[in-house]
Amino acid sequence: MSKAAVDVPLKGGFSFDLCRRNDMLSKKGVQPPSFLKTGTTIVGLIFQDGVILGADTRATEGPIVADKNCEKIHYMAPNIYCCGAGTAADTEAVTDMVSSQLQLHRYHTGRESRVVTALTLLKSHLFSYQGYVQAALVLGGVDVTGPHLHTIYPHGSTDTLPFATMGSGSLAAMAVFESKYREGLTRDEGVKLVTEAICSGIFNDLGSGSNVDVCVITKGQTEYLRNHQLPNPRTYINEKGYGFSKKTEVLLTKITPLKEMVEVIEGDAMEE
Amino acid sequence: MKQQSNWSPYDNNGGTCVAIAGADYCVIAADTRMSTGYSILTRDYSKICQLAEKSVMASSGFQADVRALQKVLAARHLIYQHQHNKQMSCPAMAQLLSNTLYYKRFFPYYAFNVLGGLDNEGKGCVFTYDAVGSYERVGYSSQGSGSTLIMPFLDNQLKSPSPLLLSAQDAVTPLSELEAIDLVKTCFASATERDIYTGDKLEIVVLNADGIRREHMELRKD
Repeated sequence: MSKAAVDVPLKGGFSFDLCRRNDMLSKKGVQPPSFLKTGTTIVGLIFQDGVILGADTRATEGPIVADKNCEKIHYMAPNIYCCGAGTAADTEAVTDMVSSQLQLHRYHTGRESRVVTALTLLKSHLFSYQGYVQAALVLGGVDVTGPHLHTIYPHGSTDTLPFATMGSGSLAAMAVFESKYREGLTRDEGVKLVTEAICSGIFNDLGSGSNVDVCVITKGQTEYLRNHQLPNPRTYINEKGYGFSKKTEVLLTKITPLKEMVEVIEGDAMEE
Repeated sequence: MKQQSNWSPYDNNGGTCVAIAGADYCVIAADTRMSTGYSILTRDYSKICQLAEKSVMASSGFQADVRALQKVLAARHLIYQHQHNKQMSCPAMAQLLSNTLYYKRFFPYYAFNVLGGLDNEGKGCVFTYDAVGSYERVGYSSQGSGSTLIMPFLDNQLKSPSPLLLSAQDAVTPLSELEAIDLVKTCFASATERDIYTGDKLEIVVLNADGIRREHMELRKD
């Protein structure tokens, strides 16, 4: 058997082959395509019976709003949810991937997933990519060991906190949390505080906006409150609406007959 | 590797301006949000300045430069009034603005202006500028962060489908004053949805034979 040199692509990891070419192009003035970032406000807090997560719904591409109502609270397991800030593709891909891994793990162990499992899978993935996977996450859930809330940074470091905020609106949201958070909040108080923190991000941070999404996780039950609050209705709608003139103008009519390229000769069918 | 400078004398405070000229009126509008980076500095800052009886300028960009420009134009207008014993006409103010901007060709005013008003015949006029003074009289224009969103819509509504039917020289729209104000409100409500630097409040100034009138409309604050 001949040992032909076949170029098998390396398993996993980024391929940095095009970096030199990209560098050369950018020196010649070619702009690289921009990413869709979720300039965002995401928060989480621990209350009496579990964890509450919150997020805004605006996705931006530079100064333009690309999606006015995107979902930033991602499903990881029935008892674990994760908010994502940073590059939208990265947060989506990494949470989907770990969610699948958790499901396989549940089948393997026969048990409910634990938050620390999701945490370890996420942080080791992000660390191995050395920060190139730009996902900043707020991970929260309730398992047999109790309620848990963690923040995960793009380079792979984590914190375990009673309340946390991430994204461009994190300072606006943290200002609210630091003023009003206390231990042992009830469900309604917790949801109200999370909503206030997200609204603070929505109105004071230009990278965040539109609506408030909330997710309440307790032992045995999860409530995903999509568009829990819609504090930004459109301010002016013209009743008549605006139409587009359907006039199409014929500038020139010219008929070009098809030229015959090949002469077709009626011939005998080929004989076998 | 040559060291690049990391201090810039300019900042962009965002915002959008629009002006539409009619047969006997002119509508000039701008939002009132002033921002820097991802933060809001204030929700209630006027970008519109009345330079003369029949000339109103709206400017987006770096508001410190805009303020300095407004002061220079106001001073020059005062001198004109002393020397000629009359107010400057809108086309005259348009030329003055262009010259003032070009004067600082090599350290420009970071200001994107639209000048609106009534010309000597009482017809509406709109002049649109770039940062160094290149200008043109048009029937409508928009400048600022939301201009890329608003201009195609205005072209669609106000320009004829083909340049063969109506050339750009006919610089006055056939809309009535109320229709033009309605159009401006729709433009801003739409631009606010998709541009993060536009929002809070809309300030509309209308110039016509009866004088000058101001209107306000709330915009999204997120």
